[in-house]
Amino acid sequence: MRRLINRRPGRGGAFGLGLLPFILVISAYLYYSHQRLEANPGDKLLPAPASIGAAIHRYALEEDERTGDYLLWTDTRASLERLGMGLAISAAIGLGLGLAIGVVPYLRASAAPFVAAVSLVPPLAVLPILFIAVGLGELAKVTLIVVGVAPVIVRDLAMRTAELPTEQIIKAQTLGASTWQLVLRVVLPQSWPRLIDALRLSLGSAWLFLIAAEAIASTEGLGFRIFLVRRYLAMDVILPYVAWITLLALAMDRLLRLVRAKAFAWAEPGV
Amino acid sequence: MTQVTVKHMWKEYGGHVVLENVNLHVGDHEFVTIVGASGCGKTTFLRMLLGIEAPSRGEFLIDGRPLPGEPGPDRGIVFQRYSLFPHLTVLQNLLLGLELKDAPLTGRLFGAARRRALDKARTLLAAIGLEAAANKHPAQLSGGMQQRLSIAQSVIREPKILLLDEPFGALDPGITADMHELIIKLWNAHKMTIFMVTHDLKESFALGTRLLVFDKVRIDPQAPEAFGATITYNIPLKGQRSAS
Ligand SMILES: Nc1ncnc2c1ncn2[C@@H]1O[C@H](COP(=O)(O)OP(=O)(O)O)[C@@H](O)[C@H]1O
Ligand SMILES: [Mg+2]
Repeated sequence: MRRLINRRPGRGGAFGLGLLPFILVISAYLYYSHQRLEANPGDKLLPAPASIGAAIHRYALEEDERTGDYLLWTDTRASLERLGMGLAISAAIGLGLGLAIGVVPYLRASAAPFVAAVSLVPPLAVLPILFIAVGLGELAKVTLIVVGVAPVIVRDLAMRTAELPTEQIIKAQTLGASTWQLVLRVVLPQSWPRLIDALRLSLGSAWLFLIAAEAIASTEGLGFRIFLVRRYLAMDVILPYVAWITLLALAMDRLLRLVRAKAFAWAEPGV
Repeated sequence: MTQVTVKHMWKEYGGHVVLENVNLHVGDHEFVTIVGASGCGKTTFLRMLLGIEAPSRGEFLIDGRPLPGEPGPDRGIVFQRYSLFPHLTVLQNLLLGLELKDAPLTGRLFGAARRRALDKARTLLAAIGLEAAANKHPAQLSGGMQQRLSIAQSVIREPKILLLDEPFGALDPGITADMHELIIKLWNAHKMTIFMVTHDLKESFALGTRLLVFDKVRIDPQAPEAFGATITYNIPLKGQRSAS
């Protein structure tokens, strides 16, 4: 008998094993949903698959009576716009400031402690300030994402930049690189894959801040919708929305990973 | 013409004396090989030549001027590892030095300037036998190929001084003969002064025009850090200068 750590599933086996928890959770849901609805057909907590399907149809494929919109899609577009904007701004700040802090000792001395402090401010505690300062519009939501995500990316990139082998930095100088050329030709190109990693790790918190902001002040958006229908205990809407958000997050994560692998193959482990 | 002069030079870290009373004169187009026990300050000596360490006392002059306080294109370096740029291909790694030289703003060359630089890089690439790998990334190369590239990369800007810190220490013994041939070829072609640290005594005799042995002359068993190493032997050698 080989040790447990040396026994590996085959390809098909691994796929099946990966599927297993999903099947278990769905089966458990179906079982308890059936039980509850049997006892009380009006139960709203665990809606039957049919009512979930009807809700999806209503939100994704039918126009809303009041607004004439296909709600799922307008919500998705609104949320993704905010998220994309927040992440793009965070990435730009993270890259610019992170590299500067990582490369220039004077900037590191003056900015690093500040960034470290800012990154510890709980973003949700800042939300009221944002609402007061910039109003309840889009700006507040995007800013919340930036406040929550950018400091983390800045610190991560500053750290990764400082981790570049000194040999490389010295070598570049012996090839005549100025500080600017060093950043342009040596540091920046090596930072892109690291930025993608940092973004992937920030996706979770970005969604968190987005949904928090939408829940409090919004008229559309995935987070707004969930908190709106909560008032009517509409689990048949909330559950597919949560699944949809998860799917979007997963797709973004995979997309970033793919871009990294394709565009920065040199940075893939084991090449 | 390159002259390196060291007079009564000491290097200490806090109370730790690493080098003491080092005196040396090295003329143009010399191949200086340096040997000595591990930890005796050979790398520290190269780091001073590089400009990233300063002597604590005494003089350390290149062409009569004190060491510059930072690395520059007149002094190339080949480390044992990690000095290639992983995001650039083999050809781009070579090209970089030329691009940095002539494109201060963009760090990139275009048009005719780029073609000229490419020609030069390709010539060097052929000299190190890596044409077939031109478009590979460093991680795809063997250790020996990486070191060839690293040497060529350091030579392309034609430094006056080339520093090598145990450049072949991590390579298979089988390929060092090739590497020796390459370094001698480049040294004779570009006429620079080479300082090479090695732990292979045979190599140091075979390649050098001058062998330096770093060692401690005074030892206090109670305080091993009280005394530093110095140059205990400075031996002129025949070397492999080409006839031309
Ligand atoms: N930055 C530093 N601070 C303190 N001690 C150092 C530093 N750099 C090197 N040393 C010490 O100097 C001595 C010589 O180191 P090094 O030049 O690397 O030796 P070698 O290359 O001959 O093996 C070692 O004892 C090392 O610990
Ligand atoms: Mg050493």
